[in-house]
Amino acid sequence: MLTNRSQVVVKKEMTFIERMYLPAIFSGMLITFKHLFKKSATIKYPEQTREFSKIYRGQHVLKRDEKGAERCTACGLCAVACPAEAITMIAAERKPGEEALYREEKYAATYEINMLRCIFCGDCEEACPKEAIFLTDRKVDSFYTRKEFIYGKSILVEGLESDKRVDVSVRETKAVEEFKKHKEFAHNETYDKNKKKTVAGH
Amino acid sequence: MTLDFLIYKIILVLIVFSITLLVATYSTYAERKIAAFLQDRIGPDRAGPFGILQPLADAVKMFMKEEIIPNVSNKALFVLGPGICMLTACMTGVIIPWGKTINIGGTDYPLQIADVNIGILYLFGVLSLGVYGIMIGGWASNNKYSLLGAIRASSQMISYEVAMGISIIALVMTTGTLSTAEIAAQQHGWHWNVLIQPLGCLIFIICAFAETNRAPFDLPECETELVGGYHTEYSSMKLGLFLFSEYINMFISSAVIATFYFGGYNMPLIGRWVHDPNALAILGIVFLFMKIVGFIFFFMWVRWTLPRFRYDQLMNLGWKILIPLSILNLVLTGAWMMRHEIMVYFVK
Repeated sequence: MLTNRSQVVVKKEMTFIERMYLPAIFSGMLITFKHLFKKSATIKYPEQTREFSKIYRGQHVLKRDEKGAERCTACGLCAVACPAEAITMIAAERKPGEEALYREEKYAATYEINMLRCIFCGDCEEACPKEAIFLTDRKVDSFYTRKEFIYGKSILVEGLESDKRVDVSVRETKAVEEFKKHKEFAHNETYDKNKKKTVAGH
Repeated sequence: MTLDFLIYKIILVLIVFSITLLVATYSTYAERKIAAFLQDRIGPDRAGPFGILQPLADAVKMFMKEEIIPNVSNKALFVLGPGICMLTACMTGVIIPWGKTINIGGTDYPLQIADVNIGILYLFGVLSLGVYGIMIGGWASNNKYSLLGAIRASSQMISYEVAMGISIIALVMTTGTLSTAEIAAQQHGWHWNVLIQPLGCLIFIICAFAETNRAPFDLPECETELVGGYHTEYSSMKLGLFLFSEYINMFISSAVIATFYFGGYNMPLIGRWVHDPNALAILGIVFLFMKIVGFIFFFMWVRWTLPRFRYDQLMNLGWKILIPLSILNLVLTGAWMMRHEIMVYFVK
């Protein structure tokens, strides 16, 4: 009554034709018959794969810079931003002589993402001030135990060699473009020069 | 009873039996394909081109599965159930006239295994035996779900056999014969019984759905309530026989509907172009199988369209609607046949 939209429900007495049910049955059968000629929605999986969106959000990658040093400084902003609380990390201090391995004085000794918790929202890459974490169009594999779904640095960090680098140019937003203008933060220069269109991992 | 006659009959029996099995086998494939197409899917397509070898794969799977006989079951009856089901399902094919007579070297070979003059009675006898397989199997399992399924099957059979019988009596009145061969022969040209007995045909088809335990009358094995119904405890090829006999029943029911109401092996106008009797007989077989395939498709089409009846709805439909309707059909048929006598009585 508050909204003035309430309606009185009337249970109508069925007419004789309706009680015969046959017209209803025939109309129902016509509907199913029409579906005989409709295109099936099936994707024959191993041979065909569903086309991904250009900015598909799949398995994460931890980027290295152009010298091959890990960009992540274990600031923890991604873990804070994560709505599913899937990210944990332990920070460590860079020792002298490790400059080629880690970009800044602090780095992530361990960095784990629980892929069963992750909802692939992309908030982590949004939060990252160092452009270190990105989502890629790679799919997370399936495993037999829950433990295997906790991805550590060995899986998340991209490879050193140029052919093992992961292209994330499709996910680089305007903010990233702006970020890249600062020469001192530029990353993946070697990779960008190649302008390889296909995304690594596929 | 010459040797020739015996050999010919044995060959005919073997052919009909193997065709029945073949059609039933591929009905399982057709069922899955049609279900898929009606639901905008593709269906089985991995075994062979278009999944054509799927029935073979299913059969191998059925044979390989572990055979379980429950400890608490009545073992002899438990084994007997699917056997009876299969036996009665195959027995009905005997009286179907698959075509006209073929003349080879001056001898006539009718394409019917047994032209018994009480063909319809035989059909009904065997049909009502069919429920014993389900009843025995369900009861011997010693399982509540199986028993409930068996009870449902038997009560459903009893209820719908009455309406089916009465609708057939009207057909017998108009055709004046109990022989299936004669009923088929009478329907040459456009004299199809469905045009003479439309209401009787409708009742017969509805009852045929109920007799074969097909949806929307598949209460004996309804998965949502009774796990697997009468075959809950069955596994391996014994389950396979139960499922298989359902498809044989469907094939035979389609053949019976086609023979009784839709002209059997007759096709209108074909006599204008084909005059050779042997060619006509062979074409007749083709026409009959076209009709049968059409009805099998209809069975499947209905299954994947209509939801299952509730148990009280099933009984209401059987006893309160179909039986009065079939009696009405019987009375109207009788009145139409006696119209001159009735007119004379009133007009004087």
